[in-house]
Amino acid sequence: MLIFQGGIKQDASPDELQANMNKWFAWVQKLNKEGRYVSGEALLPGGKLVKGQNVSSDGPYTEGKELVGGFFVLNAANLQEAESIAQNEYPDFEYGGTVQVRPVMKLDM
Amino acid sequence: MICGLLHLTYTFPFVFMEPVLPKSIDKLFRHETGKLVSVLTKVLGLENLDSAQDIVQDTLLQALSTWPYNGMPDNPSAWLNRVAKNKAIDYLRRGKNFKVNIGPQYSYLLKSEYILTPTINQLFQDEEIQDSQLRMIFACCHPAIPAESQIALALKVLCGLSSKEIARAFLTNEETINKRIYRAREKIRGDKIELELPSPHELVGRVDAVLKSLYLLFNEGYNSSHPDQLIREELCEEATRLTYLLTLYQSTNSAKTKALLALFCFQASRLHARLDDKGNIILLKYQDRKKWFQPLIKRGFFYMDSAVTEPFETSDYHIEAAIASLHASAKTFEETDWKMICFLYEQLYKIQPTPIIALNKAIACGYAHNKKNALEELKQITGLENYYLYYTSIGELHYELNNKEEAKRYYEKAVKLTTSKQEQQLLTDKIQNCL
Repeated sequence: MLIFQGGIKQDASPDELQANMNKWFAWVQKLNKEGRYVSGEALLPGGKLVKGQNVSSDGPYTEGKELVGGFFVLNAANLQEAESIAQNEYPDFEYGGTVQVRPVMKLDM
Repeated sequence: MICGLLHLTYTFPFVFMEPVLPKSIDKLFRHETGKLVSVLTKVLGLENLDSAQDIVQDTLLQALSTWPYNGMPDNPSAWLNRVAKNKAIDYLRRGKNFKVNIGPQYSYLLKSEYILTPTINQLFQDEEIQDSQLRMIFACCHPAIPAESQIALALKVLCGLSSKEIARAFLTNEETINKRIYRAREKIRGDKIELELPSPHELVGRVDAVLKSLYLLFNEGYNSSHPDQLIREELCEEATRLTYLLTLYQSTNSAKTKALLALFCFQASRLHARLDDKGNIILLKYQDRKKWFQPLIKRGFFYMDSAVTEPFETSDYHIEAAIASLHASAKTFEETDWKMICFLYEQLYKIQPTPIIALNKAIACGYAHNKKNALEELKQITGLENYYLYYTSIGELHYELNNKEEAKRYYEKAVKLTTSKQEQQLLTDKIQNCL
């Protein structure tokens, strides 16, 4: 699973935003073609951190840099392969975005 | 899903032919931004331009964060429109508590929860969006605003360019552009300029001011002062798009407007033949005329024809368009109707006795009649002592009259005066040829 944090500036111009979006489209298209793309979701900003006993607060991580913008579930042989996909293909490094790469646990049921 | 759409190229000439060609999504964000900011400003009032821009920016960010995951919507433009509309409704609802000052025309309608949504829906229809863009053009080109600020504001608000992009196009820094925009906004506030169409008795003068700004905008794109990019295609494109918009309304579709659009079409048809693969400029004489974009030339003639119908009115744009049309219809440089072009420049000079027109007149008449006379005429022009094309032209005539040493002298003067790398290269080549 690739978890995307941060990304393009909020005040980017329409052309910059569109150029960035085109990169994302191209990437999803490539992953699909390679049969790697399983699923993905975009997350809206905002949310709640629930701590039980009726305590909840805003968050977590509502600040731009740490904000999780979305995730992809990919097919990859191992963690290294997934890591190298992220390293080579994630479009938002130039904007200070980062990717968490996490293996999804497979359970034999 | 999305893939097919992304490969459609959207080159300049298609800009205002949208109805006949498939809509492409390249530049979609930029163009939609201009439309949405205009319509939202109509609702919120010109003094809330910032909020309108924020709502549009939010809309684009939402598209950016969802489309790549879920695929492009079938009608991206309608999607943006809908999301911006909903955000506007939310903004107005919240505004009730904050006491937002909304557009005077609509404040009454928007106060009632029952008619808020229908009113907004009504305003987001196509014709209304077009109408608000038209109003926005008049607001941006209001005569109270200084010319340079008009253009900066129009590019920002109507064309969706960022200050950084505008600064790049005009060879200046972001801060200068922000100042120009700030000054424009101060004027709007101070003079209480509203997003409205001028009254019939001031319409003609106001349209003239708008056309003049668009002419300057196109010119900056066509012969940019940018060191690396001689042609700023997007400026030509936006000038053409906005002029086209003016032709859609009876009140602004004057003979002058059509003549200006014809001029843009003819000039733009050559954009891709003006630079070689390395970005060096190719002079008219050496351009591959097969690369001239014929559909645009056709469009040019179409607007040209409709610009000369009754009631007959002629303007400098008519003459300039006629000159451009003669170039566009000449099969080769030699076959160009120089006599007619010379005559037209003489007419233009009567309306606008500027040194630049005198320069062009002398050159055209040189080709039409006598190069020696042209050289004399050129030397008598004053006011172009810092203009590289002036010296280039004198050099050129000397060269053609076989005075290579004199030619070299003038080329060397010219090379010091241009900031464009391409022009410098061209002149250096010319100097080499004189040795």
